[in-house]
Amino acid sequence: MALETLIESLPSLFDGLLITLLLTAFGILLGTTLGIVLATGRSYASRPLAYLILIYEKVLRGIPLLVLFFLIYFGLPQIGINFNALTAAVLGLGLRSSAYQAQIYRGAINSIPEGQIHAAYSLGMNKLKAIRHVIMPQMLRLSIPGWSNEFTILLKDTSLAFGIGVIELMRQGRYIQVRDPDLVLVVFLLIALIFFLLVFTANKILRYVEKKYQMAGYQTEAHR
Amino acid sequence: MATDFGSFFLNSLPNLLNGLGYTLLLTFISIAVGFFLGITLALGRVYGNKIINGFCVGYIELIRGTPLLVQLFIIYFGLPSVGIIFSPLQAALIGLAINSGAYQAEYLRGSIQSVESGQMTAARSLGMNKLQSIRHVILPQALRISIPAWSNEFIYLLQYSSIAYIIQVAELTAEGKFIAAHTFRYLEVFAMIAVIYLVLTIVSTEIIDRIAKHLSIPGIGAAKRVSLRDI
Amino acid sequence: MAMLEVKDIYKAYGNVEVLKGVSFTMEKEETKVIIGPSGTGKSTLLRCINQLSLPNKGQVWLDGEEITNPKTNINKIREKIGFVFQDFNLFNHLTALRNVSIGLEKVKRIEKEAAQTRAMQELTRVGLEAQASQYPAQLSGGQKQRVGIARALAMDPDVILFDEPTSALDPELIGDVLDVMKSLAGKVAMLVVTHEMGFARNVADEIIFMEGGVIVEQGPPKEMFTNAKLARTREFLGRIGALYGEEETGG
Ligand SMILES: Nc1ncnc2c1ncn2[C@@H]1O[C@H](COP(=O)(O)OP(=O)(O)O)[C@@H](O)[C@H]1O
Ligand SMILES: [Mg+2]
Repeated sequence: MALETLIESLPSLFDGLLITLLLTAFGILLGTTLGIVLATGRSYASRPLAYLILIYEKVLRGIPLLVLFFLIYFGLPQIGINFNALTAAVLGLGLRSSAYQAQIYRGAINSIPEGQIHAAYSLGMNKLKAIRHVIMPQMLRLSIPGWSNEFTILLKDTSLAFGIGVIELMRQGRYIQVRDPDLVLVVFLLIALIFFLLVFTANKILRYVEKKYQMAGYQTEAHR
Repeated sequence: MATDFGSFFLNSLPNLLNGLGYTLLLTFISIAVGFFLGITLALGRVYGNKIINGFCVGYIELIRGTPLLVQLFIIYFGLPSVGIIFSPLQAALIGLAINSGAYQAEYLRGSIQSVESGQMTAARSLGMNKLQSIRHVILPQALRISIPAWSNEFIYLLQYSSIAYIIQVAELTAEGKFIAAHTFRYLEVFAMIAVIYLVLTIVSTEIIDRIAKHLSIPGIGAAKRVSLRDI
Repeated sequence: MAMLEVKDIYKAYGNVEVLKGVSFTMEKEETKVIIGPSGTGKSTLLRCINQLSLPNKGQVWLDGEEITNPKTNINKIREKIGFVFQDFNLFNHLTALRNVSIGLEKVKRIEKEAAQTRAMQELTRVGLEAQASQYPAQLSGGQKQRVGIARALAMDPDVILFDEPTSALDPELIGDVLDVMKSLAGKVAMLVVTHEMGFARNVADEIIFMEGGVIVEQGPPKEMFTNAKLARTREFLGRIGALYGEEETGG
């Protein structure tokens, strides 16, 4: 009978999984796009702008994700900016991730020898072209390990959207627990397993991508 | 407006300090327990036989492969169904320490393995046994090398201890939520909380940085890594 | 009875036989130099003597005790066998002084103060009292190696094994290290793998020529340099002498 209720609850876990994946996908998309812009800005933009970016990064890396969620979801409406919980979660995940990713990309940019950009200039490229055709492709390749790391962190962090009421995996788990308290341990172990498999698979795929795009002569290393 | 915020802040202060106390308690205890767990696991991975190594890998990968919140839910909501009951604070401490242990194990393993093999050889040729070599030669170097990573871990715990709010621990974030729910001044409250975390992050980074400088030895670690300030 | 006796040592890594039956003896305070092309198994032989590598066959005896016997406490034996490494292997986290004293403190369990006094004496002996409080990263290669020698000396070993102690050094730093080694001759037994022919000729009591995992020929330096029995020995000594300028160093 416990098994029956468990099976009955599987569809709701599946719904939760979809939301978790959605949060991950949009969160990482926002984080990556913004992260690249920020890193490029910090390396190549004017001083005041670079400094502003630095402050943005420090602030976002210094605030817990849960607090960021609360600020966006509960705080902003006070000045008339309203987001639904899902959007607020994507924003929180993405903004915070962008601050971490910017650091990864900047590290990558810094490790590209200066000669590369000089060589690009001497071919007649302007700054924008040099960044786009010479720096970017190398920077992105060098960033794969760091990005992979960030991806799995963000995937796990989506669980915090629970805190502002997004109905993702964790929240679905709680619903099942309320319906049938006996199932609680099994359900959360099952959710743990789902996350584990997601992280595991993501790591495998990303490791493959990393190998495939590795530049000969460049060693890269992942950090958390 | 300013005085209004001032008195609001003062009224909130007792709650905030109370929450801050729990946040620091969670952070310090779990980083310390996680450290001993981490060292044990790291040594098991590097020097253990197949079985010990396999166990350590399993633990580390399982913990690092699942969200902290899931771990807390299993401990706080799940375990009571098999008769193991913890208070919210206990559950949070256990969860954070178990979690941090796995991450610290990975840093420490990396540091241990980055100590050149000649160091062990030299220690053994002096007549030290394996345990003495690890204790007097390998660990003093590995621990120094891992300070930057450890600093990251500290910040990470400081911030992620906020998750304990979800299982009803009255730490900083929980107190913020409490004040906000009673005053309806969400923006100010969470901005205040954010600033407190930010200050804690900056201050603790600075302190660890000082400690690292104090402990630093020419030729070991730190220099190869990202600057501590860059967190 | 010889102080050190190496009896018919065999060592293989996988299918590669590195040592194929090596035997020799050493007396108290004797200096022997091992020469031979690289890849011949000289380092392996030294490591088999203090059991950093376990030989597949054969025995090593020190002061009448079979140290290859699994029942001997190898850590106790290693206190009596100093080892000086090609790449120094100084403990990176310790000052020069503590590099020398740590074995006394942690292995011989001598009190810290006494250990450091003794360590200071050894540092003085190798001419580095001024560098006592410096860390390895702050020392030159030659200084590092002299600390390495002091570290071995401090343990009062019966014999010190040197594995190419000068080959990682800039040429101008080699002399200092060889001078220290020369000053030890006759005071402690030394088994030295080196290409420094000047040292071999002037300091060694005997030269052992190894090739292909066996001892090809051994004898006093005079004999070996002037009329070695085997053509192969003469050829190798000639070539190595030309390469390393035997006149200048260690003479
Ligand atoms: N740990 C090891 N594993 C496998 N092969 C080894 C190992 N140590 C040494 N060898 C091999 O043994 C041979 C002899 O090495 P070594 O004793 O270092 O020679 P030498 O010191 O005379 O130059 C070499 O072919 C080397 O590749
Ligand atoms: Mg060798």
